[in-house]
Amino acid sequence: MSLIATLARLEAVERGRAQPLATVRHRRVSERPLVFVPMTTAGEAGAPLGALVGTDPEEPRLLVVAQPRDRDLRSAFLAELADVVLPYLDGFGDEVEHVERKETDAETGKRVTVEVELCADAPQLIVPSRAGVEFVRLLGRSMRFRRTAEQDPDTPYPAPPRVPLLGRWLTHYGERARVPGSSLLLAATDLLNRHWATGQSSLEDQHLGALLAWIEADDGPDGGSGAEAALRAELGRDREGMLLCPPAGPATDPVFDNRRLAPAMERYDRARQLLATAEDGGSADERLGELHRAEREIRRLVADQMRPTWSAVWRTVELMRALPEGSRVEDRWTRDRWSFTAHRDRVRAGEPPQPRRDDAVTAAQKLAARETAQAQLEAQEALDDPLVLAGRRLAGEAFLSEVIDVEMAWSESKRPSPRPLVTVRTDDRPHLGERVKVFRSLEGRPQTAEFVRYEGEGTLVLRVMDRMGRAKDPAEGSVPAKGDRIAWTLFEHDQRGGPKLPDPEETPWTHGGPPRTDTAEIPDLVTPEDLL
Amino acid sequence: MTPSPAAPFSSATAPVSAVPDSVVPDSTAPFDPAAEAARATAGILADTLHGSARGVVVDSPPGAGKSTLVVRAALELAAAGRPLMVVAQTNAQVDDLVLRLAEKEPGLPVGRLHSNDSDPYDKALDELDNVRKSAKAGDLAGLDVVISTAAKWAHVQGVEPWGHAIVDEAYQMRSDALLAVAGLFERALFVGDPGQLDPFSVVGAEQWAGLSYDPSASAVSTLLAHNPELPQHRLPVSWRLPASAAPLVSDAFYPYTPFRSGTGDGDRRLSFGVPSDGSGPDRVLDEAAASGWGLLELPARHTPRTDPEAVRAVALVVRRLLDRGGAAMSERSEEAVPLTADRIAVGTAHRDQASAVRAALADLGVTGVTVDTANRLQGREYDVTVVLHPLSGRPDATAFHLETGRLCVLASRHRHACIVVCRAGVGELLDEHPSTEPVQLGVTVKFPDGWEANHAVLAHLAEHRVHWRP
Amino acid sequence: MDKAALASALGAPGTFGQSQFAFMRGNAFEARVKADGGKELLRLLGLDDPAGALVPDLSAAGPEGRAARTALALREATAAGAWTLLDHPLLALDVAGSPAYLEPDAVVVHPDGRWTVVEIKSFPMVDASADASKVGAAARQAAVYVLALERVAAVTDGARVAHSILLVCPKDFSNLPTTSVVDVRKQLSVTGRQLARLARVEDIAAGLPEGVTFDLEGCSADELTAAVESVPHAYAPECLAACELAFHCRDRARQAGAVETLGRSVRGELGGLTTIGEVLAAARGEAGDPADPAVAALRRAASLRAEALAEADLAQQGAAAGQEAGACR
Repeated sequence: MSLIATLARLEAVERGRAQPLATVRHRRVSERPLVFVPMTTAGEAGAPLGALVGTDPEEPRLLVVAQPRDRDLRSAFLAELADVVLPYLDGFGDEVEHVERKETDAETGKRVTVEVELCADAPQLIVPSRAGVEFVRLLGRSMRFRRTAEQDPDTPYPAPPRVPLLGRWLTHYGERARVPGSSLLLAATDLLNRHWATGQSSLEDQHLGALLAWIEADDGPDGGSGAEAALRAELGRDREGMLLCPPAGPATDPVFDNRRLAPAMERYDRARQLLATAEDGGSADERLGELHRAEREIRRLVADQMRPTWSAVWRTVELMRALPEGSRVEDRWTRDRWSFTAHRDRVRAGEPPQPRRDDAVTAAQKLAARETAQAQLEAQEALDDPLVLAGRRLAGEAFLSEVIDVEMAWSESKRPSPRPLVTVRTDDRPHLGERVKVFRSLEGRPQTAEFVRYEGEGTLVLRVMDRMGRAKDPAEGSVPAKGDRIAWTLFEHDQRGGPKLPDPEETPWTHGGPPRTDTAEIPDLVTPEDLL
Repeated sequence: MTPSPAAPFSSATAPVSAVPDSVVPDSTAPFDPAAEAARATAGILADTLHGSARGVVVDSPPGAGKSTLVVRAALELAAAGRPLMVVAQTNAQVDDLVLRLAEKEPGLPVGRLHSNDSDPYDKALDELDNVRKSAKAGDLAGLDVVISTAAKWAHVQGVEPWGHAIVDEAYQMRSDALLAVAGLFERALFVGDPGQLDPFSVVGAEQWAGLSYDPSASAVSTLLAHNPELPQHRLPVSWRLPASAAPLVSDAFYPYTPFRSGTGDGDRRLSFGVPSDGSGPDRVLDEAAASGWGLLELPARHTPRTDPEAVRAVALVVRRLLDRGGAAMSERSEEAVPLTADRIAVGTAHRDQASAVRAALADLGVTGVTVDTANRLQGREYDVTVVLHPLSGRPDATAFHLETGRLCVLASRHRHACIVVCRAGVGELLDEHPSTEPVQLGVTVKFPDGWEANHAVLAHLAEHRVHWRP
Repeated sequence: MDKAALASALGAPGTFGQSQFAFMRGNAFEARVKADGGKELLRLLGLDDPAGALVPDLSAAGPEGRAARTALALREATAAGAWTLLDHPLLALDVAGSPAYLEPDAVVVHPDGRWTVVEIKSFPMVDASADASKVGAAARQAAVYVLALERVAAVTDGARVAHSILLVCPKDFSNLPTTSVVDVRKQLSVTGRQLARLARVEDIAAGLPEGVTFDLEGCSADELTAAVESVPHAYAPECLAACELAFHCRDRARQAGAVETLGRSVRGELGGLTTIGEVLAAARGEAGDPADPAVAALRRAASLRAEALAEADLAQQGAAAGQEAGACR
């Protein structure tokens, strides 16, 4: 943690209220996000318990699995989830803009310009916490290899239609969430933690309720209210021992499981058994009523556990919307739109689901892309936000300066180019060495200069190297002027992509050779008995 | 589908480097270092020049003659008329190799493939008649040896593959970097030091942990996971580390691939013209001169990274090392060689510590002493090193500070003596931070881990401790 | 000692406890793995003919009896040179002078005399990977079993203990078992060193003031607090996931203004400053030696932060957030 962030935490303790870590919003918050609050059954990897999902804070769709160990009920849950999520995703697929892009022609190998579609906006999923993001991945993994009866009439326990498709989308969103700075799938806790420092540790900040308690605390004269509210959110229980602020999931509170959920499920199971053994219509009706009552009770219990989190996520959305968006967020969101569009195209082209594990080339490509995205994100956040830049200045990776002198000079070549020497003053302490490059943002694009020498404490000379036009004299406004206040960075503003990797079919012997193509991903084994 | 049978208890659990080979030093037999090293080199060259395997892997502990081996293998391949590409990790390593090749064989046509940046290579290369420099691989086609960094090679496309490659510092190369260049050669000799700092990634790569081709793992681990049958060799003798250091470094950092010192007790001696003034720095210098190790222990205290007292103590030790007229006696010459500033290095964990030490040395009027972080000291050699212990004064022990490779680099740069400056209390700090790391299935464990290695080194240093209150 | 009960008595109960769903699932899975006289488990080990393996009866009276019975079974199995499965053996390990009894899920003896610890866990292995923190915890637990087994192996001819354990988990989203070998050498070395130094537990006990007691029945919360405070401890947020008393320790650490309450890493750059008040006073120039690099860095950080916040005109932002204008200052 940088010392500036540490100070923000200490101030938060002192004032009893979270303190800002950013002055602008560094993530896109969509105008119409889909919020997804899932709950799962303790100890069971593939058994969702319920979810609240939807785009309207006032009207969440409630999905509950009354008996998570019942395969049919689990299937029904997934089908319902697909009914809510897929139309939302599909709603973004057809509104497109046409963009020109350079591609390598497959036949000639030449670079050609092609016109492609780019979705005008992309769907955004917001879950409460990182565990929620992980759960999206798990759901995606558990669904995308399922087979429907249509795909394979002999498949045991066929999945409802569209469930494998939802699995592919959730997998794509789960993967995209690993790209630094992307906003397709966000955790509310990550959003808040990026922008505020609380008076507790980053581990405790993973508790959405406690985190919001710090951020929403009043800045009263007494202070300390954030800490108390956070403690109540963490540990407060009602007279019957239930948490006042249930966990943001997907894991449940064990006390809730043991005291409330387990007895309710027992009643439900018993009612089902009785119904199955009913001998005449009259007693069947009565027993069916009993079953419905038992089911309603479970739905109510599970909904009560999820509703505070649903509201907390929407409050997070509102808090984030109140911050002005950083100017380079749009650039990263465009990449998210490309990502969404590309997956849309894969689905429409009928490509198979993503494999269980990446092949060597894909893994290397993803890692390289994420490292580029990470460097890009760090640079963009610093350029968008003086408070982030302050951290880089403290670390000696950037400096704020005032221009005190400009002396024209030219390169020594047949066609001399301008290489003006700029003398600046700074109170910062950048880690400069001979010919270290520094960059400033000129009309949104980077201009490079080289460190030349120090001229006494806090005064240094830079040589501007580029972006001054092709003529002998620099273009208007391209050279810093005396009195300009300029932020220079030692890090580059744009990132070059990595080298081209071989095609997967050309994976070299050092990495096991080309992956086998004759082994299509087969569905997971299913447990024969109706238990997980 | 049944879970894979038998596999659980096969050799999958054995560390890769534990594969026995013919050069395990036998502690009972008389040890002839030169003969052992020559035998290992002969085996490596035989496999490289005449073997049938596509790859040969050589583990080289600190100072075991890795560069010499690389130069020799390159010359022999060139002499056999086999076009060779050499992959190193940094431009400095590339330039150094070019210079060494030209020194050994001035007539050898060598290509230095370089980047498009300004100042892409060492100007000293311009003096060499038979070294051609270019940013385009095509310009260098047909030369006996073409050398560049892995990063530059990765951009080379559309050329005929080379028959042979030498991959230097292969343990510091990431698997994805090897993936990008492996299509350029038919077969390769991989050389590196498994004990130094591992490659790393600035973003999470956990999702690929356990995969044989995890892109964030080292090139060697991917290579061997896919080609376990490749011959693996090891250079068994450290010519750099003195007899006082080799056993500790070998035990603490290379328990499965032990090595020995090429010199014996008493072959290396460090002496001073000026007697001790009784101060802490002088006493620790005497201890280090006598035993090869010295620990200058300052009183326990939590400090920021640039602990002014510890930094000043480091600078004072260096100042006294120069003032007392140090002289180093070794197998290299009949006469004792004066210990000059260029034969001394200071090692730290962080860059800000290095700059604080540089400033403190400048205050004391010392110039010409190398001061750098472990990362930058990799592969370098000095007569005496002074190390600011990575855990000195720290309130916590993070994975960064515990990393095995970091301590290994710092403790294995010296030919005569290593002096460690440290706050008391590191043992207790380690006890408070037992490794409770998460464990990824299927990942070969790097052992020993930093926690254990730190304890081992600390226990040894404790025997050479000088208490001092600055 | 029941730390959960002690925490409740101190007025700072944590959120521990296990869901009965998870508990039932764990038991059902272990039963499944060991079903049919352990044949399923032996099949997982790669045995073609699990029926030929020995599964000795380990029942005996009392922990000492069971531990002795286990040691005997291990010796017999090793001498017999036959595949043998020990279901819930009991091992004794000397911890700071007193014996602790440990019960691994299973130990397998190989015909070549190798003993392997088997850990059965109910978290899933999805595509051959699993939650790394859970695997880490299982590895640390198993390392203690390996250490205990090594004491027995030391006095058994032809025996040696494998330093890799066999982890058995449900595969993907099913209840079918799958396995992975986990190298526990690191955990062994850490545990070994810790046990060697645990002699200090006795020192802790010896160092307690006379009359200190953790009697939950007989003591008031204040008395208990005093008793707990007399035992050395160091709170860090990581404790919250591991110890029932952590919320109590956190209360005390917060009251003391300890910077560790904000995370261990916070300490790294603060040098000798240990309380929130000290750090803030140093940052504001109200206290501290400006020559101390930690103090100097804090002051620079504070002024850079203030400058950036002023520049960003937070008042406007606070208004936009629906807060009072000064809310974020």
